[in-house]
Amino acid sequence: MKKIVNVILIAIFSVVSLSAYGSESGIPLDKAPVNINDNASLQRGAESFVNYCLTCHGASYMRYNRHRDIGFSNEDIMSKLVHTGQKSGDLMLSSMRKKEGEEWFGVVPPDLSVIARSRGADWLYTYLRTFYRDEGTATGWNNLTFDRAAMPHVLYQLQGEQKFVVKASDKSEQKSLVLDKPGKLNAAEYDKFVGDLVNYLVYLGEPHANERKDLGFKVMFFLLGMFVLSYFLKKEYWKDIH
Amino acid sequence: MADSFSINERMSGRRKFLVAATSVAGGVAGAAIATPFLLSMMPSERAKAAGAPVEVDISKLEPGMLLMVEWRGKVVWVLNRTPEMLESLVKVESNLADPNSEKNQQPEYARNRTRSIKPEILVTEGVCTHLGCSPVFRKDIAPADLGPDWQGGFFCPCHGSKFDLAGRVFKNVPAPTNMVVPPHAYLSDSRLLIGSESEGSV
Amino acid sequence: MSNLFNSMLGWVDKRFPLSSNWKAHLSEYYAPKNFNFWYFFGSLALLVLVNQLITGIFLTMNYKPDASMAFASVEYIMRDVDYGWLIRYMHSTGASMFFVVVYLHMFRGMMYGSYRKPRELLWLVGMAIFFVLMSLAFTGYILPWGQMSYWGAQVIVSMFGAIPMIGETLQQWLLGDFTLSDAALNRFFAYHVVTLPLVLLVLVFVHILALHETGSNNPDGVEIKENKNAATGIPVDGIPFHPYYTVKDIVGVVVFLFVFCGIIFFAPEMGGYFLEYNNFIPANTLQTPDHIAPVWYFTPYYSMLRAVTVNFLGVDAKLWGVILMAGSVVIFCFLPWLDRSPVKSIRYKGPYFKIALVLFVISFFVLGWLGTKSPTPLYTLLAQIFTIIYFAFFVLMPWYSKIDRTKPEPKRLKE
Repeated sequence: MKKIVNVILIAIFSVVSLSAYGSESGIPLDKAPVNINDNASLQRGAESFVNYCLTCHGASYMRYNRHRDIGFSNEDIMSKLVHTGQKSGDLMLSSMRKKEGEEWFGVVPPDLSVIARSRGADWLYTYLRTFYRDEGTATGWNNLTFDRAAMPHVLYQLQGEQKFVVKASDKSEQKSLVLDKPGKLNAAEYDKFVGDLVNYLVYLGEPHANERKDLGFKVMFFLLGMFVLSYFLKKEYWKDIH
Repeated sequence: MADSFSINERMSGRRKFLVAATSVAGGVAGAAIATPFLLSMMPSERAKAAGAPVEVDISKLEPGMLLMVEWRGKVVWVLNRTPEMLESLVKVESNLADPNSEKNQQPEYARNRTRSIKPEILVTEGVCTHLGCSPVFRKDIAPADLGPDWQGGFFCPCHGSKFDLAGRVFKNVPAPTNMVVPPHAYLSDSRLLIGSESEGSV
Repeated sequence: MSNLFNSMLGWVDKRFPLSSNWKAHLSEYYAPKNFNFWYFFGSLALLVLVNQLITGIFLTMNYKPDASMAFASVEYIMRDVDYGWLIRYMHSTGASMFFVVVYLHMFRGMMYGSYRKPRELLWLVGMAIFFVLMSLAFTGYILPWGQMSYWGAQVIVSMFGAIPMIGETLQQWLLGDFTLSDAALNRFFAYHVVTLPLVLLVLVFVHILALHETGSNNPDGVEIKENKNAATGIPVDGIPFHPYYTVKDIVGVVVFLFVFCGIIFFAPEMGGYFLEYNNFIPANTLQTPDHIAPVWYFTPYYSMLRAVTVNFLGVDAKLWGVILMAGSVVIFCFLPWLDRSPVKSIRYKGPYFKIALVLFVISFFVLGWLGTKSPTPLYTLLAQIFTIIYFAFFVLMPWYSKIDRTKPEPKRLKE
């Protein structure tokens, strides 16, 4: 009986754990190329972040000097990331005031420090690549992943302008985006650009993630040794009983 | 039947070894777990950022004037000493506890009679080495309350410790050592950096 | 050396009952020798309790219970405080693991009839611990002041509004405001770090005292105290808790730490189950997230809350939901008197009880899973069916446990 209960418990639990809390988003998400050990990618992403995102969004829980983690020297941090006369120990605050944001976009642009932890990397990667021209919105832009996003397409000079096309066949409708006016980057280059940026956002969400895993391996290794010792200790004492 | 973990003669060698080894491993684990908790109480990145070196413009500091600067939540004095003030440093030397700054209360470049890089400019933490009060700058000579020998200096109102104009402590006062000279450097003739010896480490 | 130790111990013993307590509760506390896997979870619950207390104290050193600063102070702990991330993950993972361990501990009691005479009070104190634990989890989850903190708390507090007559006033009294705000955050913080932990500690102490009065139950459900060695007065089937169960529990602790540290270091969000994704968005009082669900350990009850969709017996659906939800937890308290079986342990119980228990476990899991999902008509129907099964386990117990075909209970433990 005990065995049956065990089997049932294990079976049920594994089914439950497979179905994580549903993200019930409309379109299928593309897989983001995330590798937070790739310092070169993170550094490119950090520079793009500072140049394109930080004017409106803050990353106000992050300090500039923390970027030592991803291989920047103090000089790199001052020259490549800090553009607004701040000190290297300062938080990455947005240069835009909250009130201005509300006037310009209708909402305050959210802080991006932990955006990758709430939205997920794949969502961000897809979102930043699915802007298209839509004259029906206030900004003139719309997004396939996030309908009527308040944010205009900040990166359109790089990606170019996409157009929304519906191909109707007899059975179904196929919605897709096609490049209408090319930008400075071709499709592969733009994907890589966004990939680096999203990779950086993942790092930004949890800067100590690598340190966490490193420490984890040491702890697990220690526990393994502890297990061997305690197991034999238990066996030694329980000889008295059996 | 063994009734405790204490190693005793009746135990087999194997059991003794296992109890000892597990105890040692448990002790190591305990120390390892305590470490991050204790470290978490050190100054955080925010505190370190707030405690970053400060830059001071001293071009407008007249001789005889004292400038107060905040660094790491403490007051740092920048005193531009007149030639008379510098002379007083020699006069009081026989009454000082550590006139040659032998105790380690200053960086190597301030281990001299004036306890400074530039002779006239004194940079010192305005904190009494007795119990942390901030002394008062008394440049009046031989006032009634401090006696005829007073050549100007710093007087701590809390417990009466006295320091000369180089922050050196007098004999027979509660404070044990000279005042602390923080790390500092001149970025140019008039730009003084307090808290660090070079700009790069900001 | 040992002489010095003995004389020091003697000095203390004249002034404080150290040796006698050590003997009474450890070295001469006789526990049945046939404890199995399910008996690890009591000591593990104690371990997690200690973990929560210590990490909790260190978190309060940097956390700010202020609606405008709380979210930022948690990220401050995660980033700016040395090893703050580790302490925070230990606490957040510990919260979920507390429920894992306690649920397994309760399930053990249900399998082996540990709630039966003479352990009714032990079971009731345990249930009190469970209620306090739920309150701790609820008040703790509010503190990061993210979207799930805010809206989860909003839902729970609104339940008090369902109480007839006094509901609205009670709700305002609980919140200290007309809406969930800084005032509530501040007082829930006080409950979470002072009131509830104090109560919990006292209850745990009482729980252990009660256990050591009746003695531990075991997988055979046999009372070992009824079979004592005539000369020594020691139960024949008992062994001293220390060192035998201490060394055994150490193995259990290490294995548990494997799982615990595995989550902390390699999956601290646990796929959104332990730290919900939406809670990384600061609380926004104007916008409910698309999908809100409580943390996994509350989802079975949450499903029952939403399962009632019609008014009946003159009571509206909202209040029924609240009654069912409260009832689904409180009903555990009646187990000692609902079970009419002549035997304690599942080993000697008949097929009815076994089937009922399996159905109960399945309904608990299905309800838990449904609670993580947005409600659809199908899901609501499923929730209604499994709510009925859940309650049937308890309500029908006096009947099926009595007519069940049980096997005779042995007089001594089986090897």
